[in-house]
Amino acid sequence: MDFWLTDEQQALADMVAAFAADRFPPEHTAVTEDTDEVVNPTAWSALGELGVFSLTADGMGVREAAVVFEQLGRGLVPGPLVATWLAAGLIDGAADGTVAVTLCEPQPDATLVEHAAMAPVCLVFTDEALWSVPTASLRPVRVERPLDAGAPVWQVTDDVNPAGLGGTQLASGEEALTLWRTGVVLTAAMAAGVAAGAGELATAYAKEREQFGRPIGGFQAVKHLCADMLVHTEVARSAVYAAACALDGASDDDPGVAVSAAKVVAGEAALANGRAGIQVHGGMGFTWEVHAQRYWKRAVTLDATFGTADTHALRVADAL
Amino acid sequence: MDLRYTDAEEQFRLELRTWLASVLPDVGPPPARDDWQARRDYDAAWQRMLFDAGYAGINWPAEYGGRGATPTEHLVFLEETERARAPYVGMNFVGLLHAGPTLVVEATDAQKTAHLPGILRGDQIWCQGFSEPNAGSDLASLRTKAVRDGDDYVLSGQKIWTSFAHVADYCEILVRTDPDAPKHKGITWLILPMDTPGIDIRPLRTMEGSTEFAEMFLDEVRVPVANRVGDENDGWRVAMVTLSFERGTAFVSEMLQTLELCRDLAELARHITRGSATAWDDQGLRRELGHLAAELDALWALTKRNISEATRTGLVGVGGNVFKLAYSDLRHRLGELALRLLERASLSLDDLGELPTGRHVQGRIHGISISIAAGTSQVQKNIVAERVLGLPKDR
Ligand SMILES: Cc1cc2nc3c(=O)[nH]c(=O)nc-3n(C[C@H](O)[C@H](O)[C@H](O)COP(=O)(O)OP(=O)(O)OC[C@H]3O[C@@H](n4cnc5c(N)ncnc54)[C@H](O)[C@@H]3O)c2cc1C
Repeated sequence: MDFWLTDEQQALADMVAAFAADRFPPEHTAVTEDTDEVVNPTAWSALGELGVFSLTADGMGVREAAVVFEQLGRGLVPGPLVATWLAAGLIDGAADGTVAVTLCEPQPDATLVEHAAMAPVCLVFTDEALWSVPTASLRPVRVERPLDAGAPVWQVTDDVNPAGLGGTQLASGEEALTLWRTGVVLTAAMAAGVAAGAGELATAYAKEREQFGRPIGGFQAVKHLCADMLVHTEVARSAVYAAACALDGASDDDPGVAVSAAKVVAGEAALANGRAGIQVHGGMGFTWEVHAQRYWKRAVTLDATFGTADTHALRVADAL
Repeated sequence: MDLRYTDAEEQFRLELRTWLASVLPDVGPPPARDDWQARRDYDAAWQRMLFDAGYAGINWPAEYGGRGATPTEHLVFLEETERARAPYVGMNFVGLLHAGPTLVVEATDAQKTAHLPGILRGDQIWCQGFSEPNAGSDLASLRTKAVRDGDDYVLSGQKIWTSFAHVADYCEILVRTDPDAPKHKGITWLILPMDTPGIDIRPLRTMEGSTEFAEMFLDEVRVPVANRVGDENDGWRVAMVTLSFERGTAFVSEMLQTLELCRDLAELARHITRGSATAWDDQGLRRELGHLAAELDALWALTKRNISEATRTGLVGVGGNVFKLAYSDLRHRLGELALRLLERASLSLDDLGELPTGRHVQGRIHGISISIAAGTSQVQKNIVAERVLGLPKDR
């Protein structure tokens, strides 16, 4: 056993982190957030050129993808990243970043699709298969005020029946199941990254912000909030890496349970750290300008994607 | 101990209920969120109606035009107005519940005449200039300076979280008049007319995207010394006077809204499908909501205890801090449960067609502010630990 990032995996993480900070600085994405296309096409192709969506073609596994997606989450990189990664190799243009692909997860009371404007193709998982449909066939309507401005949503009110919408079946059976599980893990990896990013921002602020003549990080109440955030992050990372190993066949664990466990733990870590990060920033945390709130909002978005922590917790329980 | 209302209190409730039923049909719906002038007019008109009916300044002493109601009557007032969905106090908040009560105790006769009737009638809108970017939890470290120049103070500095600054007529402002004195001893409380030259107001966007808060920049703003309330350098004490007006009713409207939010969440769960059943068929969810509803009932009971304590002693004790801490925590958990229940529907800040998601998602965001505004939970816990339990100080 050697359950630690290899030098190559660490280098990959560092490279993606640097790329995210350079091409998607939060100050910049905050500006484009109010538009339909929060991700401009050039930035999206840059992700493709970096190889984010073509890791599998380049001989890498879910473990490397998890490492990459953790950094994308940590950098609050917007866009339909996980769906496009899953579509690479199945839909032309997805792998190199020329076509963005989004995901539609029908929900009886409200079906919301992220980034519908920038993604001409949409993935739909049914019980047995993975389909793609033209996004336009869903007749998506822009939701005026999304919770997470970095993940604008469109509502779909029609029944989502991929075959009837001129869809194409991309995979079925085991293959489709593995793709879905990979989607769960990569979403969990992003959540672990969000947890990390929220914690780092808050910790930096706690060292800098002074009240009562000393850095607020000197108060035990704040110190403990920051320490808890680190604890949540490390536990989440462990679960995500373990699930990625399970999907790569580098583990004896049941992959189904491992991915659900990762989604539970990472999702809850992101939400808890998002909330604590705002609290550490005090009133400023409640403002739009300060990025603390964006981690919390992204955490909510990620929790609601590929199954909430609640639904995955039941899967884990069922396996006991 | 008896939770029942007296005959006199019930009589007060009945009269109020009758009055509300007679006037509310003529009160339209509130204007759009960002239409400030319309909101001001709306809030002012409602305040005027209350005034004409003798309900303005419900808790103010009668000799200053208030009703002089008991804390319990104030509670009944809030219960009934909430129940009838009457307009909220809105922009009259600072005037009626903060600046006004301070003026009642501390102002000169001339100042009282100039402001108290206007506040009661809804003619004068006030805002608050206390917090600064670098003075939040440590409010007493505020730095906006006021330098005496003849009959004026000249103010320069920056305030933050000044709600409704752009439509207010006056601002209750705390300024530093003695930079050399210990921090609590060099502060002065002033009445700042908002049309004075040198005031620059910039909207402060909250995480929900609303702009009812503002930052206020002051550049050589001249305020007559006659606008000082209390002595020079005695402003900290003056500011604290308002707190002594709190009779346990501060969070009553909030509580009532939260009780309703909780019931609405149960109702929503009964209507949305999860898997092959409704969300309400999920025992885990019901149990969790049951825990929260039980705690909410307990906090409602605590509210009544606090009000009763205030009626007897004139002050709310540790119950005020206890309420704020427990309520903040509860709102976080209730809000998180709501988002989990809504799943993807939580990604919209507004309703989705027939689905009333907006109030739950916005309610979640509001919940986030409660553990920060009016004293963060961390600071509240320090207060309980140090001032009530007598534990050693953290700083
Ligand atoms: C929605 C909203 C409405 C508001 N309305 C008003 C208003 O009407 N009028 C007004 O004057 N202000 C208002 N405020 C400001 C509010 O009072 C301050 O935000 C609050 O007091 C915290 O101050 P701060 O923002 O400077 O945070 P900071 O004081 O910088 O706090 C940052 C973090 O440090 C912690 N901390 C600070 N000191 C200590 C300590 N001694 N021990 C342990 N932890 C500590 C805090 O708990 C917090 O987690 C409002 C704020 C919000 C969010």
